[in-house]
Amino acid sequence: MAKLDLIMFEEEYKLLQEIIGRLAKDASAKVVFLVDKNGQQIAAAGDVKSIDATSLASLTAGNVAATDGLAKLIGEKEFSLLFHEGEKDNLHISIVGKRGILVVIFDQNSSLALVRLRVKKASKELQEIFDQVEQRAQKESDTGSRFESPFSEITDEDIDRLFGD
Amino acid sequence: MTFINYASREINCKIVYYGPGLCGKTTNIQWIYEQANPEKKGKLVSLATETDRTLFFDFLPLDMGTVKGFKVRFHLYTVPGQVFYDASRKLILRGCDGIIFVADSQRARMEANIESIANLATNLKENGFDIRSIPYVLQLNKRDMPSAAPVTEMERLLRFRGEPMIEAVANQGTGVIETLKAAARQILMELQRT
Repeated sequence: MAKLDLIMFEEEYKLLQEIIGRLAKDASAKVVFLVDKNGQQIAAAGDVKSIDATSLASLTAGNVAATDGLAKLIGEKEFSLLFHEGEKDNLHISIVGKRGILVVIFDQNSSLALVRLRVKKASKELQEIFDQVEQRAQKESDTGSRFESPFSEITDEDIDRLFGD
Repeated sequence: MTFINYASREINCKIVYYGPGLCGKTTNIQWIYEQANPEKKGKLVSLATETDRTLFFDFLPLDMGTVKGFKVRFHLYTVPGQVFYDASRKLILRGCDGIIFVADSQRARMEANIESIANLATNLKENGFDIRSIPYVLQLNKRDMPSAAPVTEMERLLRFRGEPMIEAVANQGTGVIETLKAAARQILMELQRT
């Protein structure tokens, strides 16, 4: 595979979840999502059920990718922050490290300034965890000492079953 | 780039439908969407123009069931086929796990098919992938058209690595699931090796 897979273990996931849970509270946000740049949701906190999280993740990633493209066109590396203002709800999107996107949805109970402030602090903490995940993956890839993958014994029958055959 | 989450025991794979304009990429996804069990499918997101041409992408999340205790979820994406949307196509290939190339069987579109494969190779390379090794399926769509080229001719022109080749009529659902399954098989088998 061209790039390392993103493999998230329970303890890392818990830490990420904890950080964005705290962010949702501190920023008085409605919902906070942590999304991968390829469009997959990593973690969520707040009133998650009110939103179609899967679509949100893929559209956010598409949005960031398109904005990245725009940035490169005008000679910028990236735009690290996108803000969409609505009538009631607003969307604050920021880049975390190389592969994370943090999405904060908030209404009049919060403010852009507060969200920005809290996001800054949380981003730093999230970045540290992403770095750990990456370092571990790199180490395993270098030494070939990868943990036992649950998919090492996947069979044709397993795949047939997925398709209901 | 597959995302394996050990905490929620989920595995997410991104599959991209590629091909020239009007070859039936969106039709493939729409058919899957219409047929899928409502509990298994998410919302079909289509970013299209007013005339229903894909502008950025279509997106369909599908829950497939479990393998070795892990929930398998496929994220299906299409690219805009029209030549001038190349910048968008490149973006959608980011982090993909497998490609389904939808070829238009009509003789008049053969050149467009060939060009699109060349474009795919370039765009994959820019994303750090190799078209010769990434999970890949060739679908020959629109087999019901009177002007369809013979399969042997299409194979000679478009098949380049012994990839699974599936005949389809996407608007009737023929070959659609077989194509997806062929891609899923390669992607999941790849996990075995990594």
